[in-house]
Amino acid sequence: MSRKSNSEYSDKAGKGLHNAHTRRVVADVLSYVLLTVLGIIWVMPIVWVLLESFNANTSPYQPTFFPTEYTLNNYNMLFTDKTIMDFGQMFLRTFIIACFVCVISVTFVLLVAYCMSRMRFRFRKPFMNIVLVLGMFPGIMSVVAIYFILKAMNLTSGNMTVIALILVYSAGTGAGFYMMKGYMDTIPNSLDEAAMLDGCTRWQVFTKIILPICRPMIVYQAITGFLTPWLDFVMAKAICRTQDQWTVALGLWNMLQKEYIQNFYARFAAAAVVVSVPIAILFMVMQRFYQESMSGSVKG
Amino acid sequence: MATTSKQVEPKKRKKKVSADYVAPAPWTVKNACKHGDILTKISFVIFGVSNLARKQIVKGILLLAVEALYVLYMVTTGATAIDKLINGLYGTKAEQVFVNGLPVQSQEEYSVTILLYGVAAFFFTVCFVWFWTVNVRSAYKAQYLKETQGRAPGFLDDILDLKDGRAYVSMLFLPILGILIFTILPLIFMISMAFTSYDSGHSSHFRWVGLANFKTVLSDNGGQVNIHQFMSVLAWTLIWAFFATFLNYFLGMFIAMVINRKTTKFKNFWRGVFSLSIAVPQFVSLLVMHSMLQPEGAINRLLRSWGWIQGSLPFFTNATWARVTVIVINLWVGIPFTIMQVTGILQNIPTDLYEAADLDGANWWQKFRNITMPYMIFVTTPYLITTFTGNVNNFNVIYLLSGGDPTPVGASAGKTDLLITWLYKLTVDKYDYNIGAVIGIFTFIVLAVVSLLTYRNSGSYKNEEGFR
Repeated sequence: MSRKSNSEYSDKAGKGLHNAHTRRVVADVLSYVLLTVLGIIWVMPIVWVLLESFNANTSPYQPTFFPTEYTLNNYNMLFTDKTIMDFGQMFLRTFIIACFVCVISVTFVLLVAYCMSRMRFRFRKPFMNIVLVLGMFPGIMSVVAIYFILKAMNLTSGNMTVIALILVYSAGTGAGFYMMKGYMDTIPNSLDEAAMLDGCTRWQVFTKIILPICRPMIVYQAITGFLTPWLDFVMAKAICRTQDQWTVALGLWNMLQKEYIQNFYARFAAAAVVVSVPIAILFMVMQRFYQESMSGSVKG
Repeated sequence: MATTSKQVEPKKRKKKVSADYVAPAPWTVKNACKHGDILTKISFVIFGVSNLARKQIVKGILLLAVEALYVLYMVTTGATAIDKLINGLYGTKAEQVFVNGLPVQSQEEYSVTILLYGVAAFFFTVCFVWFWTVNVRSAYKAQYLKETQGRAPGFLDDILDLKDGRAYVSMLFLPILGILIFTILPLIFMISMAFTSYDSGHSSHFRWVGLANFKTVLSDNGGQVNIHQFMSVLAWTLIWAFFATFLNYFLGMFIAMVINRKTTKFKNFWRGVFSLSIAVPQFVSLLVMHSMLQPEGAINRLLRSWGWIQGSLPFFTNATWARVTVIVINLWVGIPFTIMQVTGILQNIPTDLYEAADLDGANWWQKFRNITMPYMIFVTTPYLITTFTGNVNNFNVIYLLSGGDPTPVGASAGKTDLLITWLYKLTVDKYDYNIGAVIGIFTFIVLAVVSLLTYRNSGSYKNEEGFR
């Protein structure tokens, strides 16, 4: 170790420059090779889905890895052929649910995290422990129960399932405050104190000081909230009984079931691409915020 | 405005007081019993009287209204629901119809409805008892403040207080309401099922059976659910959760650090490449992987056409292959999320720490071990614990990828089945709700033991403000 520090000091003196330089280049090359190989592994299945969605041969299990003939027909059929599945309708429904869940879950998480990080009250530690304990119960366990509760609220028929799903996906999100709280804990308390000396109430400290600083974490939370309805199919499967209530996830899942897979395999890939588009756009927009403000909760 | 902490007389002998300590207010239920005047005592039965008498009109009316609502509820439906729950779990005997494994309700009253409404009524009663203490404290508080300060704060003062001193009440109200109704209530409902005989044979005619279901799971009874099956699923669940969590965490952190290196160019490009897979819904990629890894799927065909293998690789037909496959695929799914999480925190590490280390001549491993890791562990311990519990409960990856296969003939769980997918199969495919609930409770116990131990020993619990 001391030898290394010597070489670094001499490096600054101009002697061992070659040595340090070579080492850095080797490390650079190694990391680029690593990133490229891993990058290919991560991108490959996505490329495959993309190409498969243009496949003219719509049956599953084909002899070649990539398709041989390409066509736009799959996308066309996806939105125009409403005889078996009305995909456009599913897409719209899921999008609406996702927007609501996104907003509600971000709000809930921020509120709870702020209270847990900044305020001191007697119910605080018990609450944190209770939430931790609740998180350990398997969610699948309560699917049946939630269905019956929603039924008692008259939310399981017709288009009411949209409200039901929004409730189900967002009601419990307050429990997921731990990451946000961890982030808020790194914001210096002196900021709050300064604001309160200037006459801010707790609510004002929250909206004017903490919220802007937490932007990166809000982005993360927003992405998770928005993704929930697109990803979940267990809950949707339990609540949406008829096809006109399905969300995208349920539709996609059904396309790969025995009844549909022979005709829907390529269309499934097309649907997967279509679903990924809003998520990808949203993600890129948010990515900009994310990186901008990721360089620390408070700078300097 | 009187906030809780200002009102308290200093204790004679001070115990060691943590930063978290919040002194108890003088308006407790106990004090209300001891020192309450006649109006406060009346409030024990008729809510809000004390508040009304002290000119807290709105508050008093609100308290009274809640009591009225509860009484109305109990008279109309609540009392009968509780009575049925305790005394007569008599559903009608008619055949119950199932869709997607969930019972469909018709005109007849099934045991599951009785159970749910009974549990709900019980739940409301508990809430009401808690509300009673709120009412009593509020009554005594009004009296106390009237006596000591001449007037009790009005409704407007209370509202202002909700914005500042007691902002946590207004902030936490909705989130906690959501958690109560959609997390806690269903849980109590399902837990109570574990003590009944509600299985495929008793969909409409069941009773309380005590611990019999636990005995079924934990004994060698020759049935489909027995101790051997349970132990093997449990062991695999723990192995899976361990590898899925820590491989994801460390490999993800490693990649994030490689991208974060000062000399790595196109940082945004690399992050984009890895986050691309987040844009594809998880279950879509899992279903795609599932179809690609079939004996006749794309990957086997590709390898065969290259001449690397003769037969098909047994991705989901050999137990060991299947287990390794699900862990590896889970890396593909999980690492982008880890990179996303970790990148920000890595950049948050104060740079002066590294500069100081550089001056002392530390190499990258020393910097990693003594600066990066402690900081990361400090910030992400809660995240690691949630990931671990999330993986024990990772239904999607297992169910969509392998479906628990390979399943030995006659067994109720496959070789890659986790407790959670086993639970799902038992409840949804076999309608054995009681056994499913028992497995759920055991899953909970496993998680509780593992995570409470680690969490209580972690830096971020003991010392919340360590890096502030």
